[in-house]
Amino acid sequence: MLVFIIRRTFQSAAVLLLMSLLVFIGVYAIGNPVDILISPEATPQEYADAVKALGLDRPMWEQYGVFFINALKGDLGNSFVFNEPALKLIVQRMPATLELAFGAMFIAVILGIPLGMIAGIKSESITGRAIMSGSILGFSLPTFWVGLMLIMLFAVILGWLPASGRGACVDVWGVPVSFLTLDGLSHIILPAFNLGLFKLSLTIRLTRAGTRENLQFDYVKFARAKGLSNFRVIGVHVLKNILIPVVTVLGLELGNVIAFAVVTETVFAWPGMGKLIIDSIGVLDRPVIVAYLLITVVMFILINFTVDILYSILDPRVRLGDIKA
Amino acid sequence: MKQRQAVIVLIMALVLLMPVWGLTADLKIGLKSEPSSMDPHYHNLTPNNMMSIWVFDKLVKQDHKQNLKPGLAVSWKPVDDLTWEFKLRKGVKFHDGSPFTAEDVKFTLERAPKVPNSPSSFSSYIKHINKIEIVDPLTIRLSTADPFPLMPTYMATFTIISKKHGQGAETKDYNSGKAMIGTGPYKFVEWVPGDRIVYERNENYWGGAEPWEKVIVQPKTNAAARVAALLAGDVDMIDFIPTADIEKLQKNPEFAISKSVSNRVIYLHIDSDRDVSPFVTDKDGKALDKNPLKDVRVRRAISKAINRPAIVSRVMEGNAIAAGQLLPDGFFAISPDLKPEKFDPEGAKKLLAEAGYADGFGLTIHGPNNRYVNDAKICQAIAQMLTRIGIKTKVDTMPKNVFFPRGTKLEFSFMLVGWGSGTGEPSSPLRALLHTYNKETGYGGTNRGRFSNKALDEALEEALRTVDREKHKQLLVKATEIAMQDLGIIPLHYQVNIWGMRKGLTFTARTDGYTLASAVREAK
Repeated sequence: MLVFIIRRTFQSAAVLLLMSLLVFIGVYAIGNPVDILISPEATPQEYADAVKALGLDRPMWEQYGVFFINALKGDLGNSFVFNEPALKLIVQRMPATLELAFGAMFIAVILGIPLGMIAGIKSESITGRAIMSGSILGFSLPTFWVGLMLIMLFAVILGWLPASGRGACVDVWGVPVSFLTLDGLSHIILPAFNLGLFKLSLTIRLTRAGTRENLQFDYVKFARAKGLSNFRVIGVHVLKNILIPVVTVLGLELGNVIAFAVVTETVFAWPGMGKLIIDSIGVLDRPVIVAYLLITVVMFILINFTVDILYSILDPRVRLGDIKA
Repeated sequence: MKQRQAVIVLIMALVLLMPVWGLTADLKIGLKSEPSSMDPHYHNLTPNNMMSIWVFDKLVKQDHKQNLKPGLAVSWKPVDDLTWEFKLRKGVKFHDGSPFTAEDVKFTLERAPKVPNSPSSFSSYIKHINKIEIVDPLTIRLSTADPFPLMPTYMATFTIISKKHGQGAETKDYNSGKAMIGTGPYKFVEWVPGDRIVYERNENYWGGAEPWEKVIVQPKTNAAARVAALLAGDVDMIDFIPTADIEKLQKNPEFAISKSVSNRVIYLHIDSDRDVSPFVTDKDGKALDKNPLKDVRVRRAISKAINRPAIVSRVMEGNAIAAGQLLPDGFFAISPDLKPEKFDPEGAKKLLAEAGYADGFGLTIHGPNNRYVNDAKICQAIAQMLTRIGIKTKVDTMPKNVFFPRGTKLEFSFMLVGWGSGTGEPSSPLRALLHTYNKETGYGGTNRGRFSNKALDEALEEALRTVDREKHKQLLVKATEIAMQDLGIIPLHYQVNIWGMRKGLTFTARTDGYTLASAVREAK
């Protein structure tokens, strides 16, 4: 166990280092952010001053060195655009994104598991086929388009829900959350559904496959022979068994949803991290881009790490020492 | 029983947490871009400058057509060639009740050019001032080393902050609201980046209190989402309606539209300097050893080959105005004689033949694809028009964050760009785009074609030394005419700014594209 953790830590550090270097070189290659940030009326002298103020006059490797030393102290630099610490900007917007991501996963699980089980049990019926066809749409329609259609239908035509933005927030332990107010809930439903649609389809498919498989097993026949009600057989025994793969996959997908909610956040003007990163790329705000990607990598590393450990606990045949990074 | 209690508690909790809805005197606005900071002097950027005049005032105001009007200064005049005197408004109070005086102006002039880490500072407008003299609390004199006719124009580019609250304040103190104490029509309440900016009216505004008790501004960067928010009634008003949606909104009786020509000209910048230009080739794509774009006849041919009315009516769907100079009608110091070049492909071919390119040559037009209205489509239209007269033109468009750095490094030969004159007069584009590039004096800083014409340089420099307003104007007109006759740039059209709002609201559309709550009124 200890060896595993130590090895993992070193590997993670190497990934982070490589990542920061790649992003640094990449953004450097695109161009100088001052060209975009500065007023076009600026004189060459003012241009040079701005370049100097942002530390962009120094050679690339020196800029990276400064960044690296500061990063070791926990300072990922100040945003070129906002003149505030990049880390602070990201953390400030994190609750909105987390809220959206968990909302999306909640919808995926709450709707996906029952629908998947129905589709699994009645796989030949019209209901079952309709659910499966629906999940194909969920997989294949672009998020961007679905988002706009949701807005058109529920906000513009029906007028039931607001079109975009985040609703009123209340502070819970100093963190602003919106899902505890009615206004906030009405705002989060559409974007969460939009973001969760793909995961919902995935859950339906996983659950259906698991249900069909499990229904063949002896324990189901035995339970039925014992005279247990259908509800208890499926709702308790089958459900427990199909949950293992569903939870594993969705756990990994959670990272994806948090890190790449960009499209949904843009369409719904949701004030999360995804919009921040898109805006930052638009103006080559390197400190924010680097910090965001580093945070994303750390998040994935942690999630993978947790999953590996949980895996070894759930399935004693797996030894941590055998799992590669 | 227990369950019922739980339900009641839950409902009560929800009701208590529910926000207060439906105050009629509130205004909600959805905007395309968000400011990068609340600090009025941190970043010279359109959204920042726009939001800063909600809370702060300028010495000299720009009205909706960017004409200069009294702001915190009631009058101004040159005392001599080197000194301007500004008389300040009496009885103006900051939001905290402290009086506005010349000390605040002096403090602002000292702070604005040197905000730490500023990616684009206001020093261009202030650095000429070498002496600030407070004559009395309501009179201030600004001196320069050389005669400086643009003083009032430049005093209309930045807002005045309070010395009391600005001393020692950093950019972050403005973002948090601590230092956001101005004299303007609205008081700052809060800024949640990416989500909203909230204002409430200043009951004691010197220009009269506003009708809106509370104004909420929400950034909605995605154009389709912004229009949807208006249609759904989430917001009362939005800016920058995409051209494709205008007709739909105009036909809908629930909504209204407000338009104004803008101060932004879309133009082609041409490499008229280098002997060999990177994207000028022969018709087979092989590099040419000389640059035909140096010849004014070739530039004239390009201008004649462009069918401006077709671009306006087809690409822009009527929401643009064909351009013949740097600013549209109605602005200060525009030339009455310059008209948009007539579409004349035969004449263009003749000019090409005269210049020795009867067979034409090859060219690539570069342009951004996410900066100006329909920018990439305009590039395609122009390429087709030029190919028709024998200049075989390829199109290469890219995101603005790639385009502008490359353009500044002079990597292009022929490019589509735009220029909005924030000052509302032509000296700004003449100085930055068309004057010969000079690192020391700062002229020609954005002259990406390195156009150079001595007569223009002289006329412009003289204009910038001439305090007499009429003479100053005539010299600017002269410089503009030289630039257009020599085709330092080829103007295409002026963009039109378009706002959409719910029925029952009126908005005074502005040439600078600013969305101001103080220009929104309930229709009578």
